[in-house]
Amino acid sequence: MTPSESAVSVDGLVKHFGTTRAVDGLDLEVATGSVHGVLGPNGAGKTTAIRMLATLLRPDAGRATVFGHDVVTAADEVRSRVSMTGQFASVDEDLTGRENLILLGRLWGHTRQAAKARAADLLEAFGLTEAAGRQVKTYSGGMRRRIDIAASIVVTPDLIFLDEPTTGLDPRSRNQVWEIVRALVAAGTTVLLTTQYLDEADQLAERISVIDHGKVIAEGTSSQLKASVGTGALHVRLLDPQQRGQAERLLATALAEPIRLEADPAALSATVSDPRRVSYALSELADAGVEIANFALGQPSLDEVFLTLTGRPAEDQSVDRPDGEPPSAPTTEEVRA
Amino acid sequence: MSVTSQPTATPETVARGAVESVLAVGARPARPSGLAASLTFWWRAMLKIKHVPEQLFDVTMFPVMFLLMFTYLFGGALAGSTGAYLQEVLPGILVMTVAMITMYTGLTLNRDIQKGVHDRFRSLPIWRPSTLVGPLLADGVRYTLASAVILGLGLVLGFRPEAGVGGVVAAIGLLLVFCFSLSWIWTALGIVMRSEQALMGVSMMVLFPLTFVSNVFVPPETLPSWLEAFVNVNPITLLVTAMRGLIHGHAVAGEIGTVLVVSAGLIVLFGPLTMLVYRRKA
Ligand SMILES: Nc1ncnc2c1ncn2[C@@H]1O[C@H](COP(=O)(O)OP(=O)(O)OP(=O)(O)O)[C@@H](O)[C@H]1O
Ligand SMILES: [Mg+2]
Repeated sequence: MTPSESAVSVDGLVKHFGTTRAVDGLDLEVATGSVHGVLGPNGAGKTTAIRMLATLLRPDAGRATVFGHDVVTAADEVRSRVSMTGQFASVDEDLTGRENLILLGRLWGHTRQAAKARAADLLEAFGLTEAAGRQVKTYSGGMRRRIDIAASIVVTPDLIFLDEPTTGLDPRSRNQVWEIVRALVAAGTTVLLTTQYLDEADQLAERISVIDHGKVIAEGTSSQLKASVGTGALHVRLLDPQQRGQAERLLATALAEPIRLEADPAALSATVSDPRRVSYALSELADAGVEIANFALGQPSLDEVFLTLTGRPAEDQSVDRPDGEPPSAPTTEEVRA
Repeated sequence: MSVTSQPTATPETVARGAVESVLAVGARPARPSGLAASLTFWWRAMLKIKHVPEQLFDVTMFPVMFLLMFTYLFGGALAGSTGAYLQEVLPGILVMTVAMITMYTGLTLNRDIQKGVHDRFRSLPIWRPSTLVGPLLADGVRYTLASAVILGLGLVLGFRPEAGVGGVVAAIGLLLVFCFSLSWIWTALGIVMRSEQALMGVSMMVLFPLTFVSNVFVPPETLPSWLEAFVNVNPITLLVTAMRGLIHGHAVAGEIGTVLVVSAGLIVLFGPLTMLVYRRKA
């Protein structure tokens, strides 16, 4: 990819705080018009990296350009084309939602009239008209996130950074944020979002960079990342949890792979390198009288990718998921028995 | 401009179509001038006063307390009568009080930076110093308010400015210029210091000696010579002298000029220093 096609181009970016190397030689290319996900656990360096790209933090080493403009030497050009929605509140909590948007409209150079009209349109589109006259500190988490994002698109940016846009939101608010991200893409804005949630990256991002300890440890489309781990995964749920031990032994023999026991007492899964063995394995279960509630043969989930790449399960870092929903399920060939 | 022709969001929901249409018309206007951006930040500070009026407590109660306390505490002993003392001490207390409340500039900025909102301002393509200049202009409103409170109470207590309204207005103008310049010290510190408490401590350490070891309460001639030497070069002394001159009609151009030079010096020194630490700030 040539630099001119890239919205963001990062080469060996480094930032340390004292002895902590928060970002440690980061490389990244984000194609114009795409959604790029940066996936990493707490402390991976996501926020630090984004702050450098948004010209808020000066890199210690390396180089980063946004639409060809260097983030250090051409900061103003970068600022005029990007917007950033920080991980934490990025509007003035003492002001009302409407005042915040008018304030930003004025700072972008709108007349008072235009800033007011723009604020009204944004509040309407984001479902905040009723709360417009209240101080932001009285908003719920989901409303706060929406006003944060609305504040970032007072002028439609060419590139938007969303730092963990859905952390701490309930599933409904999260879906609303996802809809906003999709609208941004449809409007031609390039999106760089960070997340700790594998399913979020899977849902939204065309390309994903997995980062850990300030470095990219894997990069590609969601399917490429999954493929790098194994050709597929078999997930089986039994009718009778009592039979799981028996099923485990049968599958281990038939697939010649280690079998994982899931948290669900009736579920098992295995990585399969040869999908042709699957039908054989399933018929072995049927022959032995082990009844299957359902099974799925699909690509491995991003959780499995993370486990393989870092040697640590991703659940470790996402225990504070608000909705307790399991991360992405296998994506293909769901079959009900 | 309106989105009403598009699928509109009902309250509390987000409609993708509405978001898309609002994005489609988000054209970028011309960049605002430095002055326009500064005035917008001034407006923000005014809105904050509207929403949190308690923050005016220190610019109204501080002055009342200071004026009553010092007039009656020292008046009899130092000038024979409180009435006579008031004529000399009021301009001094005006300077002292307003100089004291300049430190809130740094505290407000420090608090702002701890929160995320400052990051957003810093990521906008605007004239950088406007985030600092706007609040400083808003502080001018606070300083004026504090001055008005002191003067109002002073008049009730028997303060009689010999140069009349014109002299008082000129004196307050000079005070505002000086305090605007002095505030740049606090903005620099407000950016550098990690916590509000530390900032408060340092500000007090500078302001207390500066305001008390001056000619606000006693004529410098009564002091030991080494102390008199300090008092005579203390910028607060220079300002108080110039203001007494303006208020009572014996102003000396040289005294006013010196205050203006000192003010310019503070801006020349601390303005760029503030911007330097501001850019460096992690
Ligand atoms: N201002 C700072 N001073 C000192 N250390 C910092 C600072 N900012 C970040 N760090 C450290 O740098 C590392 C990376 O932090 P960063 O906030 O970039 O991670 P993150 O991926 O955004 O994490 P999270 O998912 O929790 O938001 C962490 O170890 C953090 O403690
Ligand atoms: Mg973070």
